[in-house]
Amino acid sequence: MFKLVKDTLTSQVVTLWTVFRHMFTKADTVEYPDTKPYMFPRWRGRIILSRDPDGEERCVACNLCAVACPVDCIALQKDEMEDGRWYPEFFRINFSRCIMCGFCEEACPTHAIQLTPDFEMAEYKRQDMVWEKEDLLIDGPGKYHDYNFYRVAGMSIKDKDKGEALNEDKPVDVRSLMP
Amino acid sequence: MSLEIGSNLTIALILSTVIGVGAMLIWVERRLLGLWQERLGPNRVGPLGIFQVVADMIKIFTKEDWVPPFADKFSFVLAPAIIMVAILLSFAVVPFAPNIGIVDSNIGILFVLAMASLGAYSVMLGGLSSDNKYALLGSLRAAAQMVSYEVFMGISLLGVVALAGTFNLREIVAAQQEGLWFVIPQFVGFVIFLIAGVAESHRLPFDIPEAEQEICAGYHTEYSGMKFGMFFVGEYLGLVLISSLITVLFFGGWAGPGFLPPIFWFAGKAGLFIAFFILMRAALPRPRYDQLMSYGWLFLLPLSLVNLLVTAALILSSQ
Repeated sequence: MFKLVKDTLTSQVVTLWTVFRHMFTKADTVEYPDTKPYMFPRWRGRIILSRDPDGEERCVACNLCAVACPVDCIALQKDEMEDGRWYPEFFRINFSRCIMCGFCEEACPTHAIQLTPDFEMAEYKRQDMVWEKEDLLIDGPGKYHDYNFYRVAGMSIKDKDKGEALNEDKPVDVRSLMP
Repeated sequence: MSLEIGSNLTIALILSTVIGVGAMLIWVERRLLGLWQERLGPNRVGPLGIFQVVADMIKIFTKEDWVPPFADKFSFVLAPAIIMVAILLSFAVVPFAPNIGIVDSNIGILFVLAMASLGAYSVMLGGLSSDNKYALLGSLRAAAQMVSYEVFMGISLLGVVALAGTFNLREIVAAQQEGLWFVIPQFVGFVIFLIAGVAESHRLPFDIPEAEQEICAGYHTEYSGMKFGMFFVGEYLGLVLISSLITVLFFGGWAGPGFLPPIFWFAGKAGLFIAFFILMRAALPRPRYDQLMSYGWLFLLPLSLVNLLVTAALILSSQ
């Protein structure tokens, strides 16, 4: 009984002293709207559509992002330019559904869709959280400065035929017997 | 009108100051808890967040004051009033300074103890009349807690009474000015009274009747608006009262070096104890209520009795 009481009292006093010492340590709180936290470059936040170094849209409307999206928040429609490039006629992300999982970025074959460190996207009206292509498109290449899909892919467009892409060999004539 | 015991000015001053301090404690407690838990606490409303109190007051006054249809209306409305009245009445006998006080009563300690017992009825009635199982559990616990702490709370003070030879709080302060502060000869009594005081004001770690994590909010589960506010402020007033009593009974009341007026010394000492109570809330976990009861009956009650007997024997042998 005596030992129990003694142990209890010591433990209480030690606890009180330990907590009291926290008076002289700095608070962990970050006062958010006044001091912005450092956002890491790979943070998965607001989604953007990037352009290639030539200033053209990177998105080729392949729909892989829309398929990968677990909450079906991406909607787009494919269209084709006169020079043979594919592009989305409209591209719509419903950010009230988006869970910032980044699967769309992983699925994208052209580095077009990317997630950015921005997270301050609150709106008063739900409808304002649906972003159209002109809201999503940025002027730069995003995280991949030199990547240009049509310059490395075998797809032929107006000013670049098959075999003219970077590091690409001429197409093999399968009917020829010559090596 | 002048600042003397029992004048209208003094009564008005004490009433407004005590209620003001009780309200300010809402903010003080949250800031101090933040300090000790490495947070900031409310700091957005006004300088250092001090107008948080005003915001909370506006909130609590404009909330719907709802009486549940299944509650017993009369006692439901009566309960929060009892705790405010009982605790505010207790302040009548507290000697704040030589010239500040309301009554110079010869039964000061008895009066305070009686009012503390009355205050317990508020908690019991509030829980019982709510007709809610959590509230009922809360008031059940309050009753169990009350019978276990009030006994040794009274007995722990008898050592002080024996040393001072009076129940009058002013004379107890005067007796300490002649000799030692009673915290030294009555250290055991002080510790026991401190523990009983925590239980009496339903503060953590003995907030067993409320116990948010276990039984919702205990006896005031069904209360809202200003009725809840009265329980809330009543709890803080109880905190101020217990701190004032500890100051008066064990720490020489208004005594202190002469360069500040006595009331400042009183407020400073009481403030330290309020801060200590808040520190206990920040640090200590809550026991089960059977643990509190067995601790009270099996350890603290015998200890306070021994303390009283030893004090009495020493007084007798020194005569």
